[in-house]
Amino acid sequence: MKNNILEISNLEVFSKIDSRKKLVNSISFNVRRGKTTCIVGESGSGKSLTALSVMQLLSQQLNLTGKILFNGSNLCEIDSESIRKKRGNEIAMIFQEPMTSLNPVLTIGYQIEESLMVHNDLSRSQLNVRINELLRLVAINPDRVNSYPDELSGGQRQRIMIAMAMSCNPDLLIADEPTTALDVTVQAQILELLDQLKKKLDMSMLFITHDFGVVADIADDVVVMYQGKIVEQGDVDSVLNKPRHPYTKALLQCVPDALGKKTLKPIDYMKLERAMASI
Amino acid sequence: MKYLLTAKSLSKKYVQTQGFFSRRKTTINALDNVSLNIRKGITLAVVGESGSGKSTLARSIIRLVEIDNGEIAFDGNDFLSLNSSALKNSRKNIQMIFQDPYASLNPRMKIQSIMEEPLLIHKVGTKQLRQKKIEAMIKRVGLDFYDLDKYPHQFSGGQRQRIGIARALILEPKLVICDEPVSALDVSVQAQIVQLLKSLQKEFGLTYLFITHDLRIVRHIADEVVVMRQGKIVETGKTDIIFQNPKTTYTKKLLASIPGIKKTT
Repeated sequence: MKNNILEISNLEVFSKIDSRKKLVNSISFNVRRGKTTCIVGESGSGKSLTALSVMQLLSQQLNLTGKILFNGSNLCEIDSESIRKKRGNEIAMIFQEPMTSLNPVLTIGYQIEESLMVHNDLSRSQLNVRINELLRLVAINPDRVNSYPDELSGGQRQRIMIAMAMSCNPDLLIADEPTTALDVTVQAQILELLDQLKKKLDMSMLFITHDFGVVADIADDVVVMYQGKIVEQGDVDSVLNKPRHPYTKALLQCVPDALGKKTLKPIDYMKLERAMASI
Repeated sequence: MKYLLTAKSLSKKYVQTQGFFSRRKTTINALDNVSLNIRKGITLAVVGESGSGKSTLARSIIRLVEIDNGEIAFDGNDFLSLNSSALKNSRKNIQMIFQDPYASLNPRMKIQSIMEEPLLIHKVGTKQLRQKKIEAMIKRVGLDFYDLDKYPHQFSGGQRQRIGIARALILEPKLVICDEPVSALDVSVQAQIVQLLKSLQKEFGLTYLFITHDLRIVRHIADEVVVMRQGKIVETGKTDIIFQNPKTTYTKKLLASIPGIKKTT
């Protein structure tokens, strides 16, 4: 078994209409097996597009080139049927807004069942056992199986999304800002849950966020993106404590710290451009 | 007059029916005997999880929500017994900045009209004077004078929040209620808006009531903090003291859930 579960090399995403306009510009990074890699960046930096490229869920108007090796197979080259078999089964994804990614007219039990049925051949009783198991895994009372999404709180809905993602024991979980819409206390619970599940189920994670506080809590490796390019990558300690790139430094200064010692400094983009031009 | 606003034992109950046909009713205490004082020129932050009643508190102070019980005095005058025209006048002194910069600007109005509307409602000045005010204010919040001719959808989230701030400040209010003004924004934009709010406070001598669930922002902007839970005030005090020496277990729990706290301390 290789050490990296996901190897992305020279990934480019561009518009079909104007191929000069690169939204993701030749990026390469790896996700180590059993570890969490965080992609950090502002909105528009291309972090979500990178995640969607791995899932092969990009919009029809976008094209991509490059290599995405997942467990040794290149996801950019396999046909749509084989990627469909991997999606949800080997690679699962959770999204930012648990309110909009659940179907409001179906019970949560049914929605978890759906993801199980697509990839597995289970009998009715096996299904029920597994659904119970999954709900307990994300610390939701199994009695809630017949509840509808609107009967749950935001944090509970995100737990249901996680249960659905866990249904087939994926090797890789892609989490696109899963806690941004949540309260701090609930956010802490969800991060804790994801970290536990990662260890318990021997899973790797690609985690997208714009919050360096979250990064400090959950990441092993960090990739910092700015305007479609990777400006810095490395292990979490070196990126957070010894940032080398001017953009990483500037972004870190925007993050309010709990100690309140440093002053918040908004990014001065003119200065940043000059600093970046000089490297 | 030391306090700009004093609120005494505010209570507000919401009655909820369970299900469409059911007659069973549950009452929720959104505000349960809440008292607070805001001194002139400071920033008071109200912190709590969703459902803690912090937004109801903000809305009841500006009388967008009528409370069931309690007293509110603004600048020494009883605020609750005002009739509608007097209320309108007082509201000139209390303005609000909302959380969602996408939802709080009318998509069919140009920025010019969005900013002129409060001035027209309160019959401020002549046409020329109003125009002067609008142009000065839009520059002050970091936008340009030709932006006045645009519609809200032409702006980014951070820019829209700037417009929301400009609209709130154009009437030169004394108290500004900020209901999670930076929660929907990216960190880099968040830092810009926090710095803008701080410098505007110095310049205009504003008092802020700042509602948020993000304790890290509180640390950077607030002088005093009120921690709320389930409609009650759990703890209140100076920001530094609460952060260094939280008394209740709930505040401790809130502080412990700040992302990144384990590694920074």
